[in-house]
Amino acid sequence: MSRGILGADASDSMKTRAVFVIGIALGAALTVATQGYLGDIWRIYSEDIIYLTKQHIVLVLVSSGLAILVGLPAGILLSRDFMRRYSETLLQVFNIGTTIPTLAILALSITLLGIGFKPAIFGLWVATLLPIVRNVFQGLREVPAHLKEAAQGMGMTPLHILRSVELPNALYVMFAGIRTAVAVNVGTAPLAFLIGGGGLGELIFTGIDLNDMQMLLAGVIPVGLLSMLADYTLAKGQFWLIPRGVNPLRP
Amino acid sequence: MIKLEKLSKIFETPNGGTVMAADKVSLEVPEGEICVLLGPSGCGKTTTLKMINGLIPKTSGKIHVAGRDTDTIDPVELRRSIGYVIQQIGLFPNMTIEDNICIVPDLLGWERSKARKRAAELLDLVNLDPSIFLKRFPKELSGGQQQRVGVIRALAADPPVLLMDEPFGAIDPINRAVIQDEFLKMQKELRKTIAFVSHDIDEAIKMADKIAIFKDGKLEQFSSPDDLLARPASDFIASFLGSDRTLKRLSLLKVSDVMLSGRVRVSAEEDVGKARDMMKEAGHKNIVMVGPRGRARGYLHLNDVVEATGTVEEHYQALPTTVNVDADLRTAVSQMFRHDTTWMACVDDDGFFKGFITQRAISHQLGATYRDTLAEDLT
Ligand SMILES: Nc1ncnc2c1ncn2[C@@H]1O[C@H](COP(=O)(O)OP(=O)(O)OP(=O)(O)O)[C@@H](O)[C@H]1O
Ligand SMILES: [Mg+2]
Repeated sequence: MSRGILGADASDSMKTRAVFVIGIALGAALTVATQGYLGDIWRIYSEDIIYLTKQHIVLVLVSSGLAILVGLPAGILLSRDFMRRYSETLLQVFNIGTTIPTLAILALSITLLGIGFKPAIFGLWVATLLPIVRNVFQGLREVPAHLKEAAQGMGMTPLHILRSVELPNALYVMFAGIRTAVAVNVGTAPLAFLIGGGGLGELIFTGIDLNDMQMLLAGVIPVGLLSMLADYTLAKGQFWLIPRGVNPLRP
Repeated sequence: MIKLEKLSKIFETPNGGTVMAADKVSLEVPEGEICVLLGPSGCGKTTTLKMINGLIPKTSGKIHVAGRDTDTIDPVELRRSIGYVIQQIGLFPNMTIEDNICIVPDLLGWERSKARKRAAELLDLVNLDPSIFLKRFPKELSGGQQQRVGVIRALAADPPVLLMDEPFGAIDPINRAVIQDEFLKMQKELRKTIAFVSHDIDEAIKMADKIAIFKDGKLEQFSSPDDLLARPASDFIASFLGSDRTLKRLSLLKVSDVMLSGRVRVSAEEDVGKARDMMKEAGHKNIVMVGPRGRARGYLHLNDVVEATGTVEEHYQALPTTVNVDADLRTAVSQMFRHDTTWMACVDDDGFFKGFITQRAISHQLGATYRDTLAEDLT
């Protein structure tokens, strides 16, 4: 799993640049086209777009923030030696969990929490949590045993080893997990509308229902821009937050 | 000082069996000495070493480090007082070289500036320029440079005892020899008590004051390198040391150990006849000619001067080669073979003639131990 993520990240800087360029191009197209088709959309839906985008951002930030907040400690816990016996089994369950379509998870969360903002957050949280836990676990497990042994042999305490050796050396894989997870999150967030969670899904799905192309685009374009922005921010974070010695992106 | 008393380790294997990785190992490494734990793969060297700093809990027995029973010391505190070097070097890729070296001083709560100063000093000690290397990350160093940092990291808090598990195993032979020499030079001044795991006999012979040979968890022999090579205690050890073990001893012996006195000598202006008489009297076929202050200048061969008259100067030949008295016999023998000669004049650092060595004297010295053992066996 993490191999795949790492593989995808090999061409990261190029991807980031591409995303950036596309973003600028879209922005430029938007300004140029204000007079035309897109301009019409903006004139008609600007209020909705602004309101729903805010809602959408809250959905994404809250659910992925909570997922990171829970996923990080959970991944760390699973990677501890005393959890070794259970961690494989739990991870298997998690893997099966990821194969469940997000829509199904959202539907299930209705049965738990009814409809509205809360079940939407919950559903997105579950979908985001799994890749984070898995990568945190994987990253920590992949820290070479001899590094931990050297640390222990020099008289570091387990907590110190976790903080100064394991986490920094797992950071790249962990970050890759977070990046994937947030990408999944942003892409899935429009579905929140279906269970009453609001967000840009409202324009998209209503647009589909009414066969209104302009309305549909009024939702799709901001969602696309948001996912680019999120990925770009995280890529920058990955570049600058991970120490140079363990960051394959930096020379 | 490191002292092991009947130290044993029994591993439980997953299928319910047991492995005796260390079997009542008793040995003592005196202060300031290097003890090399040697033996084939899986014989328990690493296990024994890691029990000393508690990375592997012992099954039974006693361990004393620097006079203290390790059972009475908190393992974390114990490990901070023992330098530890592993084969994979184990520098932390996320930290700069400086931070890597300062790990134990930081753990011990040293003042930051003192620790950083120490890091710079240590880098200097292994010929790495602190202004270049302190702020680098491990991946920006060559293998040999990393290995050096691995060693000085273990020395950072100046621990009296070092544990080294194949510390020079991960580099090429040429670099390894250089680092070994550097390390021995440091050790001459630092006088640490060192337990050193190796599976390379030549490395063991070079580094060790004492060698402990293991087989299947048991300590088979514990003696000085020369003793070990001269008197292997069992067939297993003899075959482990190799059929060329006698030649290996050459590197342990110095020219001065087998040198014959250089009192018989002539100077340039003396009479050839006198030289001839001296050779006959001493039973030598050659005599070295020295300069006015005693430097080796050349030699006379008896057969060449049987009828000769005049001074030595008129008849001498140049010495094909000389050897330093401090050189090891391996160098000396190699030089003899290269120049196809059966004897060589020995000189000190300033070229003064000290004596000479002969192939016979060398083989006699190497053979002496065997004759001794043979004599012991017969009586
Ligand atoms: N954790 C463990 N569980 C079970 N058996 C072990 C364990 N660690 C080591 N052993 C066994 O103990 C024996 C000694 O191992 P050890 O690592 O001390 O060998 P070694 O002399 O260092 O060998 P090498 O030169 O290959 O490093 C071996 O038979 C090994 O299989
Ligand atoms: Mg070993």
